[in-house]
Amino acid sequence: MTQQFYVSPEQLMKDRADFARKGIARGRSVVVISCADGIALVAENPSPSLHKIGEIYDKIAFAAVGKYNEFESLRQAGVRYADVRGYSYDREDVTARGLASVYAQSLGAVFTAEQKPFEVELAVAEVGHTQADDHLYRLTFDGSIADENGFVVMGGLAEQVAETVARGWKADLDLAGALRLAVKALATDKEVDALPGTAVEAAVLDRSPESGRGSRRAFRRLRAEEITQLLAGEA
Amino acid sequence: MQDPSAGHLATQATSSFIEHLQRSRPELLPFSQTLPAGQIPPVPHATTIVALSYPGGVLMAGDRRATMGNVIASRHIEKVFPADEYSVLGIAGTAGLAIDITRLFQVELEHYEKIEGTLLSLDGKANRLGAMIRGNLPMAMQGLAVIPLFAGFDQTAGVGRLFSYDVTGGRYEELEHHSVGSGSVFARGALKKLWRPNLTEDEAVAVAVEALYDAADDDSATGGPDPVRQLWPVVYTVNRAGARRVSERELAAIAGSIVESRTVAGREA
Repeated sequence: MTQQFYVSPEQLMKDRADFARKGIARGRSVVVISCADGIALVAENPSPSLHKIGEIYDKIAFAAVGKYNEFESLRQAGVRYADVRGYSYDREDVTARGLASVYAQSLGAVFTAEQKPFEVELAVAEVGHTQADDHLYRLTFDGSIADENGFVVMGGLAEQVAETVARGWKADLDLAGALRLAVKALATDKEVDALPGTAVEAAVLDRSPESGRGSRRAFRRLRAEEITQLLAGEA
Repeated sequence: MQDPSAGHLATQATSSFIEHLQRSRPELLPFSQTLPAGQIPPVPHATTIVALSYPGGVLMAGDRRATMGNVIASRHIEKVFPADEYSVLGIAGTAGLAIDITRLFQVELEHYEKIEGTLLSLDGKANRLGAMIRGNLPMAMQGLAVIPLFAGFDQTAGVGRLFSYDVTGGRYEELEHHSVGSGSVFARGALKKLWRPNLTEDEAVAVAVEALYDAADDDSATGGPDPVRQLWPVVYTVNRAGARRVSERELAAIAGSIVESRTVAGREA
């Protein structure tokens, strides 16, 4: 008969948390910044097709760090949740708060019940008519949820990156300004001043997509040329 | 949201919103319900839709009337909708089901785009719509048929294309122009005389509105332009730049000039 060793629940949870943290710390960072033109989502990601940032619904976007297969399955589940909800009620009944709490429950359940916790950290962003109506939620591997103000930074060197963002963040930044700040912050641990446009993935939730593009979908992925152009806008 | 544990999700993975609903929330689908025996009370029916191609795109137009037997159920109903950025669909038949099928189709396309990160091909979209109409076949056999007309811009081929359907979900690519609904025979007759190759977009809009005018002239279930209530057909154009709804102001001017020219001509029939 095999002997079962006793492990205290505290130790078990701590081991799981350490395991998840280690996995996340290996990844590159993601910055989500609320600005005057909307919400900018910027990730250090050299791949043009494996995205860390995605559209969930009309005014809601998703950003993640950690293991790709895990956050990708969470993103798809989020799109399904949002589309079912919007189809069965109404499009305006889909909110970032509802989505974030479902994510929190899923992450929490996996953290306690499954073999291994998800090695991911998520941000759910919803753009409002004014900056005061913006919502930014940050979700960690154990299902904790935090309502953030102004910006969210996640990933490997989140603290150092967050410091740089905090120093440069102003409510009235425009999109180009927010992008420049994010790119500068993402380069914190590197020798260069800022990352080149091709090494980042960026998207924006436009504050008023109806008047600008005639679409109710606020999410817009920025192409590499657009990013380079925005970054070069002001030296 | 379903349990996101890995193995479970892999088997659940689908890019289709309809498939997802069939598995998890079948009661939300407008079709695939078994109706009890008995007579279905009168329900609103949507009527005439016309679509035509022009160099560089396609357009679709629908009148604003819904009928319930001999009664006008609505003067304001809209029967042409954008399906996504590069396609539009118009619906004729049982209005309640048709509007829900349209809504489902819109979500289906957007869902695919979000999950896959790319747009469905135009043929893919047309096939999806065909499958949905086939799904509605049991309802059609109870007298609740829905017949769509689908038009979109094919970005790989660089042309506008047009698809018609039958109740079994059969999908047929149409050339030049097509119409569905109760006034479709009259609209088609008008289109045969009015349509010509090399129409500009503005001319094409005028042709569509005039075809609907002719349909309304002879079909009691099709509504003509209504200057009293300022109601004009709903017209969408789709070209390389995407789908665009033609403004009320433009339509008022076009409808006005058609009425004027017909008045001048002074013909009876």
